[in-house]
Amino acid sequence: MCTTCGCAEGNTTIEGHSHDHTHDHHHGHDHHDHAEHGHNASHAPGLSHSRILRIEQDILSKNNAYAAENRRQFSRRGMLVLNLVSSPGSGKTTLLTRTLTDLKDDLPMAVIEGDQQTLLDAERIRATGASAIQINTGKGCHLDAHMVGHALEGLQTEDKSVLFIENVGNLVCPASFDLGEAHKVVILSVTEGEDKPLKYPDMFHAADLMLLNKTDLLPHLQFDVDQCIAYAQRVNPGIKVLQLSATTGEGMAQWYQWLQATRAVTLIGHTETAVGA
Amino acid sequence: MHEMSLCEGVVQLIEDQAAMQQFTRVKTVWLEIGALAGVETQAMHFSFDAVAKGTLADGARLEIIDIAGRAICPACERQVELFARFDGCPECGHYPLELIAGDEMRIKELEVQ
Repeated sequence: MCTTCGCAEGNTTIEGHSHDHTHDHHHGHDHHDHAEHGHNASHAPGLSHSRILRIEQDILSKNNAYAAENRRQFSRRGMLVLNLVSSPGSGKTTLLTRTLTDLKDDLPMAVIEGDQQTLLDAERIRATGASAIQINTGKGCHLDAHMVGHALEGLQTEDKSVLFIENVGNLVCPASFDLGEAHKVVILSVTEGEDKPLKYPDMFHAADLMLLNKTDLLPHLQFDVDQCIAYAQRVNPGIKVLQLSATTGEGMAQWYQWLQATRAVTLIGHTETAVGA
Repeated sequence: MHEMSLCEGVVQLIEDQAAMQQFTRVKTVWLEIGALAGVETQAMHFSFDAVAKGTLADGARLEIIDIAGRAICPACERQVELFARFDGCPECGHYPLELIAGDEMRIKELEVQ
C-alpha cells in the first residue's frame, strides 16, 4: 500500500508503476484529507461501549476529491482532457488512432488507455507516435480518478495538450466516476441499435458529445439515425451529436472542428506566461 | 459491478473516520441509497462483506436505507414519484423532470466501538 495516498488496488496495474516496492515513492498529485467536515459524535444511551457517529458523506467523495485534484492539474497546465466512454467494440480505439494520426502536426496529444486486460490498445496508440500509458483494471469495470492520477505520473504530457482517456468499454459504471475530465464523449456505433441512449441513460446524460460511429455501415443496417438522436436528446437535451466513420474518414472533419474549438476555449487565459510548470 | 468499487469507497471513508474519531471496530454501517442511483442493493451487501474482510469493518452489519425517486415537473409543477431516472411526468407526460431525491449514495451513520 502507498503511504502517501493509502492505495492498495488489488487488481489494477499501470504500465511502469509498481506497488511491490518499499512505498517511498512520491505521488505527483496531492492527496488530501477531505473528511474533516463536521460530524457530531454522540454517545447513544443503552449501547455499551458502542457509539453512533453521524457521517453524512457521499460514497463517491473520495473519488471526487481525486478528480478535483486531477482537474486542478489539468486546468493549471491548460490541458483539454476528454473521457471517452462506450460499449466494447464501438470503435473507440480506431477513432483515436485516426485522430492522432490526422492531427499529429496540429495538436500535442497523449492517451491514457483503460482495459481490464492486455497492453494491446496502448501499443496501437503508440504506433501512431503519440505517447500512451495503459491501465489494466483487472476485474474493475471502469477507471477511477485515483488510477488516472497515478497514470499521469508515468505519462509524458505537454502543457496545453489534449489528453484522451479511453475508459473501459462499458456503458454503465464509468458514468458515475468523475476522472477530472472537461467532457465525457460517448461513442455509439450504428451496429448497436438506436435505443442504447434509453437503455443506458446515465451515460448519455453524463456526456456532452455523442459520436455516432460506423456510419459507413448504415446502408446494410436497419438503424434509425433520427430516432437514435431523439432518444439521446430525450435523456440529455444539451447533448451534441456528430455522425462519422472512423474507418472511411467521413464526418471526421466535424469532430476535429469540435476538438480544435473546445481546445481553443480551454486555452483562453493560458498565455505563454500564465501556464505554470 | 461498480458496487465493489463503491464498497471500497465506503471502507476507505470508514478508515479515515477511524483515524479521526478514534474507533477500532465498526458494528453497523447505515447507507442511504437512492432508487435512481443505479446501485443494486444485493450486490452492495455481497461486495461489502467481501471488501470489509480484514478491515476494521470486518463482520459489520450493512443497513441500506432506500430513498425513493422524486422529481418536480416544470410543466405542471407537481411533485411526482419517479421510478426510472429519465421517465416523463406521470401526470402530464412532460420531460425532462427536475430530480429532487433518489440519486443519493451516502454513508449516513456508523455504530462503532
